Amino acid sequence: MELKYIPKTSLNAWLAKVKDSGRQLYAPVAENGKTNFKRVSSVDEISMGHVQTAQSAKGVAFPRTEKLFSYARQQGSVTLQDYDPNALPSTVVFGLHPCDAAAFKPLSGIFGWDTQDKPFSERMQRVTLVSLSCSKCDAFCFCTSVGGSPGNADGSDILLTAVSDEGYLVEIVTDKGKSLIEPHAALFEAAPEVSKAELLAHVEVKFSVDEVERKIADAFESDVWKRQSARCMGCGACAFVCPACACFDVQENAKGAAGDRIRCWDSCGFALFTLHTSGHNPRGTQSQRWRQRLLHKFSYMPRRLAVRGCTGCGRCSRACPVDMNLSEHLKELESIHRTS
Amino acid sequence: MNELRSKVKELLGSNALELFIGYERGTRLPRPLLAASAEDADRLIFDEYCTGNLAVYLTRKDLVGGKKTGIAASYYAMRNICRLLDENQLQEGAIKIFGLTPEGTLKAFDTIADVRRYLQETPAPSKQVEDEWVQEIDAMPAAERWKFWTSELSKCFKCYACRAACPMCYCTKCIVEVNRPQWVQPWAATLSNMEWQINRVMHMAGRCADCGACGTACPLGIPVHIIAHKMAEMVRQSFGEPAGKGAVLSTFNPNDEENFIR
Repeated sequence: MELKYIPKTSLNAWLAKVKDSGRQLYAPVAENGKTNFKRVSSVDEISMGHVQTAQSAKGVAFPRTEKLFSYARQQGSVTLQDYDPNALPSTVVFGLHPCDAAAFKPLSGIFGWDTQDKPFSERMQRVTLVSLSCSKCDAFCFCTSVGGSPGNADGSDILLTAVSDEGYLVEIVTDKGKSLIEPHAALFEAAPEVSKAELLAHVEVKFSVDEVERKIADAFESDVWKRQSARCMGCGACAFVCPACACFDVQENAKGAAGDRIRCWDSCGFALFTLHTSGHNPRGTQSQRWRQRLLHKFSYMPRRLAVRGCTGCGRCSRACPVDMNLSEHLKELESIHRTS
Repeated sequence: MNELRSKVKELLGSNALELFIGYERGTRLPRPLLAASAEDADRLIFDEYCTGNLAVYLTRKDLVGGKKTGIAASYYAMRNICRLLDENQLQEGAIKIFGLTPEGTLKAFDTIADVRRYLQETPAPSKQVEDEWVQEIDAMPAAERWKFWTSELSKCFKCYACRAACPMCYCTKCIVEVNRPQWVQPWAATLSNMEWQINRVMHMAGRCADCGACGTACPLGIPVHIIAHKMAEMVRQSFGEPAGKGAVLSTFNPNDEENFIR
């Protein structure tokens, strides 16, 4: 991996050049007390003061609402207009943390499990991730408990780490990352001799994820799910802010004889998610839905896709109206007695 | 706090209660605790920070159904409980209510009549922040107000936390989930987000306790509770205090001024 250094004074100049080279730039923007990834028209809009954005960056590859194709019926024949990847813009996401960059791996696992999902993979090909290591964290962060770290470069194309208030260490992880730097090489300097580990936030390890995964694999019938989920109100906040949640619904936006097929975010926490046409619901209670959420992330995905469905960003716990603190629940699961 | 713990333990122990809906310490703020044993009851807290509206759990049949239930109720949760009784969602005498007076003392209520009297005699917690929001938004020219709400509601991703947090949103099938016909488009988009919020608040006319739980629940910080607050104010102006009456949308009074229809 190639290392470089960029002074703080050159960072905005570089991002402006990247943006002006025909790419969309998404970056954290603060508004009314919440910070979110937004498409910026000027690098001056970028905000860096937050620990974590309210939403993850997953929308750049998996938008909350996306048209899959359009159709029109005319005199007995149907014309289809398929998804057009050529219309997709090249996008650079700046300022996401390593937990968000790492979450594109589980997303890719799901959208590439059987056939490659065209919208997702076409978008991913056009996305470059310029991440920022964490120099601060809060009580909800637990990346180090699920195999990540505040300076983890996996999933990023470029990873910046603040060396001081003056500038950033630049790790060029992929060729995609390299192509953002090479045309503007004059803005970058030689990397200083620093110990990266000392520049990172200290994120406490809260539980052994291996032990959690061993325990829950046998805990389907445990009463722990009912106990933990008692206060869960069944909204979709946790799933929608999660960088690795990929559940979606397919809907029809029909206007007379023409219309669009729409894909939009959905959540396994909703009562309607598994409701059958017959009226039967295999996950009829919130405790069954909570169990599904955790088993999917920490049992089914690791086994089937060899990747965990959680990167420890802590957003679900920050967003939850009733403080369903995920790391606290996982810590409890670590110590339950096996039921089988 | 200890007083509540010992009372709840006593009630659970003597089987006078099977479930107590209260608060425990959370990561940042107190969070709901559904206590079913003396051990659970030891985690109960009840102080001025316990403002989340726990009445939302009272209509959850999977949790409460058929159980003798007690609740630590904030001022606004008590308003909801009265309303839920008016709407036949709760049974008189089936719930044991504990409140916290503005002075911070624990108050056990024997009857709903006592609760109603308490609500009349006790000043409601301040809504100054909400009033200021409404003033600010009302003062905007129509185009600016439209821009404000368009911008706010364009952020909504339809997680329905506002609905889940609301004690009055107890329908088992919500209008947005009715798909034959589909009244509201189910995906997140500015227009359908607006349709959802307008629907939600309209259904609250004269029913909303103005607790603000919808706004607190929003993970994106959209001030949806301000719409409900404004609605509550308009209903009060047009129809008087809603207490003890049917919902304004489901009752008819020939003396209504109908001055909102132009």
